Amino acid sequence: MRPFTYERVTTPAAAALAARAKPGAKFIAGGTNLLDLMKLEIETPPHLIDVGPLGLDKIEETSRGGLRIGALVSNTELAGDSRVRRDYGVLSRALLAGASGQLRNKATTAGNLLQRTRCPYFYDTAQACNKRKPGSGCAAIGGFSRQLGVIGVSDSCIATHPSDMAVAMRVLDAQVETVNAAGEVRTIPMAEFHRLPEDRPHIDTVLPPGDLITAVTLPQPIGGVHVYRKVRDRASYAFALVSVAAVVQADGTGRVAFGGLAHKPWRVEAAEAAMPQGAKAVAAIALAEAKPTHENAFKVTLAERTLAAVISDARG
Amino acid sequence: MAGEIELSRRGVLMVGGATAALTTVSPAEAQTALPESSPTSMGVSMEVNGTTRTLELDTRTTLLDALREHLHLTGTKKGCDHGQCGACTVIVDGQRINSCLSLAVMHEGSKVTTIEGLGQPDNLHPMQAAFIKHDGYQCGYCTPGQICSAVAVLEEIRAGMPSHVSASLTDRPRATTEEMRERMSGNICRCGAYSNIADAMAEVAGARA
Repeated sequence: MRPFTYERVTTPAAAALAARAKPGAKFIAGGTNLLDLMKLEIETPPHLIDVGPLGLDKIEETSRGGLRIGALVSNTELAGDSRVRRDYGVLSRALLAGASGQLRNKATTAGNLLQRTRCPYFYDTAQACNKRKPGSGCAAIGGFSRQLGVIGVSDSCIATHPSDMAVAMRVLDAQVETVNAAGEVRTIPMAEFHRLPEDRPHIDTVLPPGDLITAVTLPQPIGGVHVYRKVRDRASYAFALVSVAAVVQADGTGRVAFGGLAHKPWRVEAAEAAMPQGAKAVAAIALAEAKPTHENAFKVTLAERTLAAVISDARG
Repeated sequence: MAGEIELSRRGVLMVGGATAALTTVSPAEAQTALPESSPTSMGVSMEVNGTTRTLELDTRTTLLDALREHLHLTGTKKGCDHGQCGACTVIVDGQRINSCLSLAVMHEGSKVTTIEGLGQPDNLHPMQAAFIKHDGYQCGYCTPGQICSAVAVLEEIRAGMPSHVSASLTDRPRATTEEMRERMSGNICRCGAYSNIADAMAEVAGARA
């Protein structure tokens, strides 16, 4: 690990100012992904800003009947919140399907959104990776790509976003609240928060460097049956090959987002109109633009079949 | 070229990077060629197994290395050092965490419990006694992490926290083998003592129910 200086900040404004004062500085909260990457020298921040004391660790009801989740609420706390379990079950389920108990105790809501891909070529510093080293190429394309992206991919990158939580937040139309060094507050819909790789895969999100996530808000509950189904190579503590987050209403309509397929949670609102017709009809629209590799073409079929299972479960 | 064979893998990568920087200089490569900043040290105080400990540490020191190398509490083990194996599991402020993925300087004021704090040979924690009775280990390397995790798992079930395998998100979970296996998935045992670990946990859970 490269040496770094370290400071604690006590207000979100001070955090954003500290980041502006030290180019290349990183915020640290749970640290479960950042420290892993710093040990491998994939991330080499010269300065860490510990946002732990900011007090953004509460889940509050909003005036619009939804929930405001502080950026530092742990994955365990969020999954276990009685309101989330009752009204946003897909979010609890997604969180509980991710990582291990130890990691969920440390990992935060904002950190989960900002975690980096687990593409093996991103992690191996001996390999070309446009996400790790812009312009170096992509060894994953034509390489071992079974776990990697099938849709929204580019000639520069086929990495996936590894989060389960973000897939549920996308299906719930969550919004990300941020603040910058000028004190300006922004609200970014989950749909726009994560980018597609295009020709700049080193930029994961639309969050400008130094801006701080303060909260994620959920709109008022939408009812329905909430399901999160994760398909992976072992039954626990593994990243998704394919996951499906869905909220299915009694009349067969609903919402669906896929994880494990793309550089961001994959949701195509136009495809949801086909929910009453079933998984095949939804997948035909949502995954029409899929461009899988020879090793991960199975994911397209698996996504459709997983959705079929989810719809079947939801209908009881 | 022959000399490179004797270099470490990291050394070869550094030579390779420098060569690339001289020939093609992409912005990212130029960035990695910046001189390293020098190590920084900081003071931190935390309560470890009931005793306040104050340390002056390089900011890079993980909680795991602070416990093992500075406080000489070598019960906590370093397995993968990347949060994948669970050997470094300790209990901090009532919650189990991977001590390898946490910086010591971030634990100002934390209350840390390691395997040494759970129990000692003459005064075993019930979970330690149950692991011995049920042969919940072979080589023993993952055991301190398994035991710290197991103690916290039973507490999580008692507190009503659901898991991935809980049928209902709102009903109180029960300490079934299926629940305990799911919740222990962050602790890997290369010897494969899993079924005996589950037996040990079931005994402690049953005794407490």
